[in-house]
Amino acid sequence: MLFPWKNNDNSKDHAKSRLKLIIAHDRASINSDILKAMREEILDVVARYVEVDREEMEFSLSNDQRMTSLTANLPIRQIKRLGELQRQLQENNGLDLQKIEVVEIDKTADSKNAPSK
Amino acid sequence: MSRIIVVTSGKGGVGKTTTTSNLGAALAKQNRSVALIDADFGLRNLDLLLGLEERVVYTAIDVLAGECRLAQALVKDKRLKGLVLLPAAQNRNKEAVRPEQMQKIATALAKGYDYILIDCPAGIELGFRNAISAAQEALIVTTPEVAAVRDADRVIGLLEAEGVNKISLIVNRVKPHMVEENKMMSVEDVLELLGVPLNGVVPVDEKVIEATNRGEPLVLGEFESTPAMAYTNIAKRLEGEKVPFLDLMANQGNILSRLRKIFGG
Repeated sequence: MLFPWKNNDNSKDHAKSRLKLIIAHDRASINSDILKAMREEILDVVARYVEVDREEMEFSLSNDQRMTSLTANLPIRQIKRLGELQRQLQENNGLDLQKIEVVEIDKTADSKNAPSK
Repeated sequence: MSRIIVVTSGKGGVGKTTTTSNLGAALAKQNRSVALIDADFGLRNLDLLLGLEERVVYTAIDVLAGECRLAQALVKDKRLKGLVLLPAAQNRNKEAVRPEQMQKIATALAKGYDYILIDCPAGIELGFRNAISAAQEALIVTTPEVAAVRDADRVIGLLEAEGVNKISLIVNRVKPHMVEENKMMSVEDVLELLGVPLNGVVPVDEKVIEATNRGEPLVLGEFESTPAMAYTNIAKRLEGEKVPFLDLMANQGNILSRLRKIFGG
């Protein structure tokens, strides 16, 4: 080595990479109940339009700079027929889809996904 | 329109109180009226760093208890017109005050002063919540060390959750020679990790300790020191002036490190 005093092991880089990890972890610590409630609500909305595979879906939080982003990976099993959607919309005047759909969601949720909750 | 700013860090011992005292003095030197609130109940030190400890008569607790008027509790700095301190009680703990009470005091002071600087205690418990309850802005003090940066990030998150969104950063105790040798995170590294705008960079300097020994804010000293310049610059930036950051790396490098640079070290 030409310059023996030159230390390749830069402790600064250690500090930075360790901090990056731990900060991302710290920032992602949203209350798990809140996360669960949010997941259910998002699923409710999505399930009005498509049938989601609840066993394969993934919700995750990731961090970049001061932005925390929520990534939802929702594999679609089946897209609802247009006619079916329109009928639902008509029946509810497009305002309150909640009631009809909640029944449907509960059915799929309970029968297929109850253990993973 | 006065501004209520909390000086906070999460971790203890990074220089909150030193920053508060120097910034208060620097702002007062720029002809601003400044009220400093020591929110570190039970462990007050702001009076000591300002050299006002012997003149403390009443504290914030006495004001809240109605034992004196707010104006009576304020200790006026004789060296600087417009600088006053509201001391914390030393014989009580942080639970002695509630956020609403702190808010009341700060808003009352805001009527008479341009700046209200609140010296926050370390930690994120009630003392912290008291200190930030009235703040519209926050100055985060951190050092380029892992624990300080991590805690700063946590505190920034908590402030944002409380709706304090005007947050800027002071990186304290930078050691240019260590940064040079990649043995300490640079200011840029810290900024990248924390993602909040920079407000000031203060190098490590023995004069800081000397000044605290005497109870005299650096910016009052006869001789211009680098940290004193740094604090004056932060005060100017708070005032909205565009001041370039001190280039701490400029005088860096002895013959060896310069040679190393030349030879691609």
